[in-house]
Amino acid sequence: MANFDWIFNTLGLREWCDGDGGGGNAPLSMADLLAKASGEAPETSLWNTPFPSMDVLNDACSVFPQSRSVALGLENGFLGIKDSLSAVLDPITQPLSWALHNALWFFETTPWWIMIPLLTLLALLVSRSWLLAAFVGGSFVGLAFIDYYDYTMQTLAIIFVCTLICILLGVPIGIAMSRSDRFQNGMIPVLDMLQTLPPFVYLIPLIFLFSVTEPKLYGIAIILYAIVPVVRLTNLGIRLVDEEVIEAADAFGMTKRQKLYGVQIPLALPNIMAGVNQTIMMSLAMVVIASLVSAPGLGVLVLRGIRNLELGVGLLSGLGIVLLAIILDRLTKAALARVNAAQKS
Amino acid sequence: MTEPKISIRNLYKVFGPRPQDVLSKVKDGMGKTELLKDHGHALGLNNINVDMAPGEITVIMGLSGSGKSTLIRHLNRLIEPTSGEVIVSGEDILTYNAAQLRDMRRKCMSMVFQKFALLPHRTVLENAATALIIDGLPQAEWEPEATRWLERVGLSGQGGQYPHQLSGGMQQRVGIARALTSNSDIMLMDEAFSALDPLIRTDMQDLLLELQKELNKTIVFITHDLDEALKLADHLVILKDGQVIQQGEPQHILINPNDPYIMDFIADINRARVLRAGTVMTKGGDTTGLSHEADASATLEDLIAASDGNTNVTFIVTSHGENVGTLSMTDVVKSLVPAHTEVVADFRTSR
Ligand SMILES: Nc1ncnc2c1ncn2[C@@H]1O[C@H](COP(=O)(O)OP(=O)(O)O)[C@@H](O)[C@H]1O
Ligand SMILES: [Mg+2]
Repeated sequence: MANFDWIFNTLGLREWCDGDGGGGNAPLSMADLLAKASGEAPETSLWNTPFPSMDVLNDACSVFPQSRSVALGLENGFLGIKDSLSAVLDPITQPLSWALHNALWFFETTPWWIMIPLLTLLALLVSRSWLLAAFVGGSFVGLAFIDYYDYTMQTLAIIFVCTLICILLGVPIGIAMSRSDRFQNGMIPVLDMLQTLPPFVYLIPLIFLFSVTEPKLYGIAIILYAIVPVVRLTNLGIRLVDEEVIEAADAFGMTKRQKLYGVQIPLALPNIMAGVNQTIMMSLAMVVIASLVSAPGLGVLVLRGIRNLELGVGLLSGLGIVLLAIILDRLTKAALARVNAAQKS
Repeated sequence: MTEPKISIRNLYKVFGPRPQDVLSKVKDGMGKTELLKDHGHALGLNNINVDMAPGEITVIMGLSGSGKSTLIRHLNRLIEPTSGEVIVSGEDILTYNAAQLRDMRRKCMSMVFQKFALLPHRTVLENAATALIIDGLPQAEWEPEATRWLERVGLSGQGGQYPHQLSGGMQQRVGIARALTSNSDIMLMDEAFSALDPLIRTDMQDLLLELQKELNKTIVFITHDLDEALKLADHLVILKDGQVIQQGEPQHILINPNDPYIMDFIADINRARVLRAGTVMTKGGDTTGLSHEADASATLEDLIAASDGNTNVTFIVTSHGENVGTLSMTDVVKSLVPAHTEVVADFRTSR
């Protein structure tokens, strides 16, 4: 018998402990197994008294649940609400599947001789820099040359959709946070959690909720992970708008809406764009991990490199992701610089 | 006296989590430091009563932290009072709902800010037209109006620039044009010239006086600079720790300061340049045999210049062509020294 028998004995609970069920029925813990194997009951001194964890208490009194039942309970709980949860979430998130589907279709079926010039032109329009545009065009030509064109386009399509949705959801959330201290205080722990939770962890419940063949599975994972900076920086940007300018807006009789669209958002734009830049970078990081749950693109090649130890494939696809990251980073920063130049005060 | 344009009645403002609870303590005479130490509330304004006449410049003066900004922000309810009344054109604006308040801010009151507070992403022209744009007027209507006022403050041809391309003085001209374009009767100016260089500040004061002669607005002007206050004020209100210490005609306050705080304030100014003949003259008086004349609004500096250093001159003081009194150079020289420093000088010589 184990260390904490005396507690139950002195409390007079021994009968209750042995009464229903009895010790023999509970599954054996690892410690029990080891003890059985070595054939002798472990002698424990005071120095070695184990922490009264659930398993140890279960040893002394079998009514106590074992610690594995916590994980089991959580799992059963989740499985219990899973059906109703996915019944609600499925229709809401359906547009995401649809958007990803169409974006992938568009990026894949548009011929390369339209797509590459189009992207180069876009880069030129956003950055007004020939050098950057040439770099963008060159990168895509290079990636296409080594037959990574399709993978690159898939990754780009996913990033495009996910970033767009992050902005559409994140900016309003950030605005709401900037308007209410209470909402802000409630949201900050949630954002902290989303940002620090290892990205693999929230893939797990998502796999249970949605079918793995649906693009929204990885879409949601990417959005949850990447939305944080745009929310944070929208909130911060609006709160940092010069107090006196806000007073002026009020003093001249602006409505809340006029103030939001005419003053707060334009003046917070540099910060919001910095948030968008980070959001893009984070979705690019996540899109690789999301390949574990069937996201197409360069991440698939990275996974293949790891799984089959194909060093060359892994390195090349990694390089492709780096190129995409540099392109998207420079383009958003160039746009940001132009906004900054237009409204420095 | 004519009906005041703005009338502030028994106004109190307490900053803190539960202002209503400590208000009675303030009304019973608890001071600012005590309230902060014992109750954790900041006393912003303490029983303010001021009438502001239409067409006049009312200057509110006090050291920083005395509650000037808090007071002026009650006039357009950027800050809500803890208790009291603010009556504008006969209506208690504290009873206004949000829509009425917005309407008043667009049409009846405009504001000029210390750090200009222009919209950095809008052009100078759009900034000047702010009030009209907010009110939903089409560009065809606001553009000529804003252009006209930009010209009037000396910024013709600059409408296409962005604020950051202009110097501080020019930015504040845009600020004034923005206030004028709203075509409101009342202009609130919170330390509007304090951030400017001295020379530019003088220019702006002259501009304001010139505009005022033409437009006759009711102006509430805040400053911590006595020279500026004396130059602009028709009515001077002196604030300390959220309380009105003295208010009235500026010349009157200059020669009858009722508080050491005010005496400190006026100790350093150039009295020759601010005191006027009408303030220090002897009313009535015998004018026979006097040849020198001076207008009542002439400063003592003007008189000293006109006397050419001759201390025996006595001036006939006139106002609108009528004789109103006499003023001897002896009195002119005497009034150059404020009352309480006279005492100090006596003390020094007797030792
Ligand atoms: N929002 C606020 N919360 C607490 N105290 C305030 C607040 N605003 C102003 N005060 C206090 O009220 C007093 C007057 O401030 P203010 O009107 O800005 O002075 P001034 O404009 O004369 O320099 C100061 O002591 C300041 O600390
Ligand atoms: Mg102030």
